[in-house]
Amino acid sequence: MKQISVLALLLPLLANGADGESIMQKGGSSPAAMPCISCHGIDGKGMAAAGFPRLAGLPEAYIAKQLADLKAGRRENPVMQPIAQSLTEDEAAAVAKAYAALPRINVTAGPVARPQPGSGAWIALRGAWERNIPECTLCHGPAGVGVGSAFPPLAGQSALYIENQLNAWRGTEAVPATRKKKAVAALPPTRNNDPNGLMRHIAADLTTAEIKAVAEYFAGLGESKEAFDESQHRLR
Amino acid sequence: MKITIFRLLPLSLSLGLGPALAADSAHNGRLDDQTQLPKAPARTIHQQYFQPPAETDIPNNAFGELVRRGQDFFVNTKALAPEYVGNEMNCVNCHVDRGRKANSAPLWAAYPMYPAYRKKNNKVNTFIERMQGCFQFSMNGKVPKADSEILTALSTYAYWMATGAPTGKALPGRGFDEPPPPRGGYDIARGKAVYEKQCLICHGDNGEGKKVGATVVFPALWGKDSYNWGAGMHRINTAAGFIQHNMPLGRGETLSDQEAWDVAAYVNAHERPQDPRLLNGSIDETRKRYHAEDGVNLYGVVIDGKKLGQGVQ
Repeated sequence: MKQISVLALLLPLLANGADGESIMQKGGSSPAAMPCISCHGIDGKGMAAAGFPRLAGLPEAYIAKQLADLKAGRRENPVMQPIAQSLTEDEAAAVAKAYAALPRINVTAGPVARPQPGSGAWIALRGAWERNIPECTLCHGPAGVGVGSAFPPLAGQSALYIENQLNAWRGTEAVPATRKKKAVAALPPTRNNDPNGLMRHIAADLTTAEIKAVAEYFAGLGESKEAFDESQHRLR
Repeated sequence: MKITIFRLLPLSLSLGLGPALAADSAHNGRLDDQTQLPKAPARTIHQQYFQPPAETDIPNNAFGELVRRGQDFFVNTKALAPEYVGNEMNCVNCHVDRGRKANSAPLWAAYPMYPAYRKKNNKVNTFIERMQGCFQFSMNGKVPKADSEILTALSTYAYWMATGAPTGKALPGRGFDEPPPPRGGYDIARGKAVYEKQCLICHGDNGEGKKVGATVVFPALWGKDSYNWGAGMHRINTAAGFIQHNMPLGRGETLSDQEAWDVAAYVNAHERPQDPRLLNGSIDETRKRYHAEDGVNLYGVVIDGKKLGQGVQ
């Protein structure tokens, strides 16, 4: 009986060929595939100060897509691209699965504050429809807890990470030369992996100040100690 | 699979889908009338849509409290009023930006159009009665009483939003500003392709939508959690207008007239909850009485060998 249960524990590993937990802790088979925890934290909640994102509890398909996009260059990132490229397909699938199995972000569902125009909360909860910018929570869910596998949680991510992503989708415009300053070339977006092009125009049409403010809003939501309750309504 | 509108609607199309149709289909003084008001005028070049007051203009008094209560009901309808909502819809699903967005049936354009008198049926529908229609059909639910808290709050919210709008004057941006029917008709199979490319990511493989916990984020487009066969949105022309102006979220005005009609037809060629006006249990009788002249719709029409309008629970 004991043997059977040991076998049952091993089977998924054998079938998959890669152990997500082990890749998180020790890295992949290639030396370039560094342990995930070195940047994404022991608990998978990321490192806010460095802008390394939380992976814990993100949807498996979402993580897998990001790794594939990084590998293919649809999402550019100097740190993460080489790592994604050095993970085998099995390893990428295993690590996506392992992170998805960690607890997902939960934000205490309470009465929704009434946002002030011009604030990050306003963009998050009201949007800027005069520019066709929907409120973030319309797709990313109430309190930004994420919806399905295409709309990742914004809650639980650091302000720096969210800001970096919005900037990655928008790129920067060229600045013409002046007498005192050299011209700065335009930078194309480094993220081109938003499904159906849903994010790029939103990022492009937000102001720099709005990007900062909305990133800080989601970072400031914190994390509830209670587990996510699937039976609960979340007000908007 | 290609269906020309001419086959379905030999007369109305040649007359256009405008005022004539709306008046024709209003046969009597039903409370549950879902017929369309005459088409709103088009916006002239450089003309701005009506600007409703800002949320920060809501006064801090008893009236303002009720306005805010109405807004809360508007966006959290299912959570706050489950007794009246039989499916999983919220008002805000069809009235984007909390009822403020032009061409998403904004409240500021709707409120001043009621009470609406219809010559042909000699019946006046109040705004409250119009909202009761929403609950019966779009929410597939139970009609709240005219003096219920929810209808009082919602109509107060709509009244506030229409502050400064002219009474009884159709404003550009009212309703969904439907695109004209494509010349060659619509095509359900082509609509499926549009759906899979543009809509599926949010509304799911089977139009089931997506939830977070118990709360709907992306509404169901067909099936038991969606609007029923009596809702205005079951008309392909109406859905085409909504879709073209508002979908995908934040990327409105990107689908062509043809794509909007095709995908609207695909969505509305699926089963949904029964029309609560079902006559004598007969789809055919119900079609004849309520659907035959109600825009372009597939209720009672046989698609792929199946007669639509069976209803789902």
